[in-house]
Amino acid sequence: MARGAGERSYLVQSVKWFIEDWVVEPLRIIVRNKKALIGFLILLFYIWMGTLGPLMTPYPKSFTCPVYLPPTILRWPPSLAHPLGCDYTGTDIWAEIVWGAPTVLEIAFIAGLVTTVVGVVIGIVSGYLGGLTDSVLMAITDVAMTIPGLPLLIVLATVIRTSSPVIVGLMLSVTAWAGLARSIRSQILSIRTRDFIEAAKALGLPTWHIVFREIMPNLMSYIAINFIFATIGAIYSSVGLYFLGMLPYTSFNWGIMLNMAYTQAGALYSISTIHYLLAPIIAIVGLQVGLILFSYAIDEIFNPRLRAH
Amino acid sequence: MKWIYRRLIIVFLTIYAAITITFFVVRAMPGDPIDALAQELVWKYHMSYEQARQLAMSIAPFLPKGDILHQYIRYMINFFRGNLGVSISYSTGTPVISILAAAIPWTVLVVATALIISFTVGILIGMVMAYKHGSKLDSGLAVLFSITRSIPEYIAAIILLWVFAFELGWFPTRGRYDYWALEALKHGDVFAFVWDVMWHATLPILSWIVVHVGGWALGMRGSTVSVLGEDFVHYAVARGLPSRRIVVTYVGKNAILPLFTSFMLALGFMFGGSVFIEYIFSYQGIGWVLYQAIIERDWFLMMGAFDIIVVAVVIGALLADLLYGFLDPRVRRPA
Repeated sequence: MARGAGERSYLVQSVKWFIEDWVVEPLRIIVRNKKALIGFLILLFYIWMGTLGPLMTPYPKSFTCPVYLPPTILRWPPSLAHPLGCDYTGTDIWAEIVWGAPTVLEIAFIAGLVTTVVGVVIGIVSGYLGGLTDSVLMAITDVAMTIPGLPLLIVLATVIRTSSPVIVGLMLSVTAWAGLARSIRSQILSIRTRDFIEAAKALGLPTWHIVFREIMPNLMSYIAINFIFATIGAIYSSVGLYFLGMLPYTSFNWGIMLNMAYTQAGALYSISTIHYLLAPIIAIVGLQVGLILFSYAIDEIFNPRLRAH
Repeated sequence: MKWIYRRLIIVFLTIYAAITITFFVVRAMPGDPIDALAQELVWKYHMSYEQARQLAMSIAPFLPKGDILHQYIRYMINFFRGNLGVSISYSTGTPVISILAAAIPWTVLVVATALIISFTVGILIGMVMAYKHGSKLDSGLAVLFSITRSIPEYIAAIILLWVFAFELGWFPTRGRYDYWALEALKHGDVFAFVWDVMWHATLPILSWIVVHVGGWALGMRGSTVSVLGEDFVHYAVARGLPSRRIVVTYVGKNAILPLFTSFMLALGFMFGGSVFIEYIFSYQGIGWVLYQAIIERDWFLMMGAFDIIVVAVVIGALLADLLYGFLDPRVRRPA
């Protein structure tokens, strides 16, 4: 009985430590770092748009705006009912931005995750095993790094006609992993000769223990930063492909809004329709800025040596 | 010298991979490209379908008969001979290779100019930031650049186009040159033509610079800061060498070298992003050709445009690598 209670209290203590390490302390770091705090708040706002936003915003429909009245500078200008105004079809721009967020975020998250995981796995396997495996994997990595990613995506998009965010996300990772794989490999090469790895090997610890418990913690902050960069890259390519009209779409998307403003609405020609163009631009740039600012805290969150300060 | 052989193997593997991808992408496409070409010929020259199909087969870059392996090898051989098939969207029968040859110099002009300017300006700013490390200027620029670096170039291009071409009217909104400039060239006025070309290329180049300067500056800043901590710099200062010599020869040269490895990535990124820039400015370079080829379902042109972009990037990267090996004797030793 006493032993059971002891185990339970140990479990409770572990959970407490976990929360302390991964929730309380990171939040403390974020609050202390002004840039990261701004980035974090921006990201929270985007996460709200991607999850609860569409539930709290009416579905964007054409002709929801009242008839346009000429004596204003902007066409269908922002008003209380329509905070960003309406586009040339009379659709509320704010609703379009909010309803476009889930796809953009989903694609970016999946692509960022897949890119990071593939890059890390190939980098570790290549660096740790060495020999022929390393040569072959690095040759593939070099080819993937050299082939320009965006034209490849454009060409692939002509056969893979999909609007599923999961498949688009997978497609975006097709060559994006290469840079990370290369740098993870070179980090592994320098770590594996360090004393504590030699010691772990001498102790006869299994390979998975050495890789996941001894090597990985040293790479975590680097991997987390690269996850953010991979996400930024995925937003760039996915919005860009939608902007060019290379991907079929079933829902709202900022890239498509950008394309509509650029091609259809004549937002470039007359200042009176400029809010069609500015809304998706601000949405995209805002997300990128949020991610960049948030990344200023990543190193501190994942690197215990920095936390001590 | 081993690294050169390794580089050359990667060059060939990359080009081989690109050709293979385009071939299988086109073969996986619903609808037969030969049939599309034949129908185009029927429509344009009023020939019978049988005749048109015969003609289409003879000008396609691979024989549509036989098994897929046979077609693949045939396409590969044709590629290295420079036969990339004919375009169906341009005046019918135009060889793809001549369309590409007309487009690629314009992309190289914009990309190379933008790369050189953003590299030079970025390095100068980066050095200033490193010497003023920790100052308000340094940390302010660091945040600003980390943001501009992540702004997509199509956003920069649209904003520049809107402000400087449409609102202010300082620069043309589209194209590579004006009609009158071509006429001037025909009358021997080369200067007027070059001036017009530069005037048209300014905004596309500027879009790249806005996005890329930050990356180079941050790279140079980090690199310079680490070189400044090296013993040989302290020793040079202790020897009383003129500070100009220390800044240029001792610090600058050593700090720039690691940045050369980013050249390959920057080149690939810029040639790829040319699709956006050239689409936005209707600048008829290789990216514009790739975009048009896909919109017009001109599959042979698409294959050729993609392959030629890869070849251009690979050659550019190889040149940067050779230059790097020439500048830094350390990389010539096997790693």
